[in-house]
Amino acid sequence: MMDWQALALTLKLATVTTAILLAVAVPLAALLVLGRGRWLAFVEALAALPLVLPPTVLGFFLLVLLGTRTAFGRGITALLGHPLAFSFSGLVVGSVIYSLPFAVQPLVAGFAAVEPRLVDAARLLGAGPARLVVSLLLPLARRSLVAATVLSFLHTMGEFGVVLMLGGDIPGATRTLSIVLYNQVENFDYAAANRTAAILLGLSAVALAAIYIGGRPRGGRHA
Amino acid sequence: MLELALNARRGSFHLEVECRFASDWTVIFGPSGSGKSTLLRLLAGLELAEPARTQLERVVLDGRRLTDSAHGVRLKPGRRQTSMVSQQAALFPHLSVAANVAYGLRHLDRASRSLRVGEMLELADAGGLIDRRPRDLSGGEAQRVALARALAPRPRLLLLDEPFSALDGVASDALLIRLQAWAREHSVQTVLATHDATDALATGAEVALLNEGRLAALGPAPEVLAAERDRLALRLGSA
Repeated sequence: MMDWQALALTLKLATVTTAILLAVAVPLAALLVLGRGRWLAFVEALAALPLVLPPTVLGFFLLVLLGTRTAFGRGITALLGHPLAFSFSGLVVGSVIYSLPFAVQPLVAGFAAVEPRLVDAARLLGAGPARLVVSLLLPLARRSLVAATVLSFLHTMGEFGVVLMLGGDIPGATRTLSIVLYNQVENFDYAAANRTAAILLGLSAVALAAIYIGGRPRGGRHA
Repeated sequence: MLELALNARRGSFHLEVECRFASDWTVIFGPSGSGKSTLLRLLAGLELAEPARTQLERVVLDGRRLTDSAHGVRLKPGRRQTSMVSQQAALFPHLSVAANVAYGLRHLDRASRSLRVGEMLELADAGGLIDRRPRDLSGGEAQRVALARALAPRPRLLLLDEPFSALDGVASDALLIRLQAWAREHSVQTVLATHDATDALATGAEVALLNEGRLAALGPAPEVLAAERDRLALRLGSA
């Protein structure tokens, strides 16, 4: 039996997370590329940290931070009326942090590849940071924007450690496909696990192939 | 009138220039590597490729301080009413020629914007290119469009860094003469950097001779470029 509820929840989580990530990552990547100053190195390191951090570590810290043990967590709980941990919103927070590098890094690479003399020309013609991003960096780094979107979406779809730590396993709220898969394997229901895994694999493969086809010049890369 | 005092180190290169351009058309003449481009970038308020140690930086245009390190003034490139055209045209590749020229004209309404775009392209002798894309332009055409784009916002200060290198001598001279007339009419202070003595002599006016980051001479073209003119004459005579 296919768990449609979990599939819908997973897609919803990935969509919401990706939307928030792009809103955060575009200005952040622009700051990292256009900005000057040593402190930016720390920002860049912080934004890359989730790449190397075990997801369970991140999930654990967020669980503690957002729970009732800290003043911050109690504040959020009072504000929302329920704790952020073990809720869909909590998963979104965790996913945004966990997938941040997958949105930021392609955008940084794309923005940095825009020729500096174009940026200089736009600045001299009066463009401020926001106009630089909208009128110059994003149009010239379209492919990076697509890559950031697809990678964030897929990476969020497949996350497990953060979701398990932070979300528990609540049907309809925090039970995503990767959790379903884990449960199915634990119950030795290999036939169902096979279908769940196939969906995750298929979605990822198709989406990645689409990015690479879009980015491949006709006649090969060295033509 | 443009007053400048610049003292900046970048690696082993040291630019130290303090002078006043009384003429509204000044040619900075010097061999490549003499610091012409660095000087223009500092005038434009753009950062240098490598971080420079700047001891003193002052740029005053007609009494208005664009940069004054002593008072912590450093207007952003877009707020200096300064335009620059470099050897590379640097057109925005995803925009049409018309949109490139209109980029600095956001403050105008649609009608006056398109009027200005046409007018500037005509001036640069590029009126026929208005609907083209940058990738379909030759090097010389791109430089004409880049000039139109730089002139369109009616800057107070115009910086030209070997702007017509892709045009042949005749076309380049013709464009320089039209540009000079336009700049005079709209009282635009112009600084033209070149390593070509014929460019420097053709536009006359005031010449600043730059050598290894220092100002070697400043004055009327025939005086400052006497040695260069002799060298050219000698070369023509022996040909």
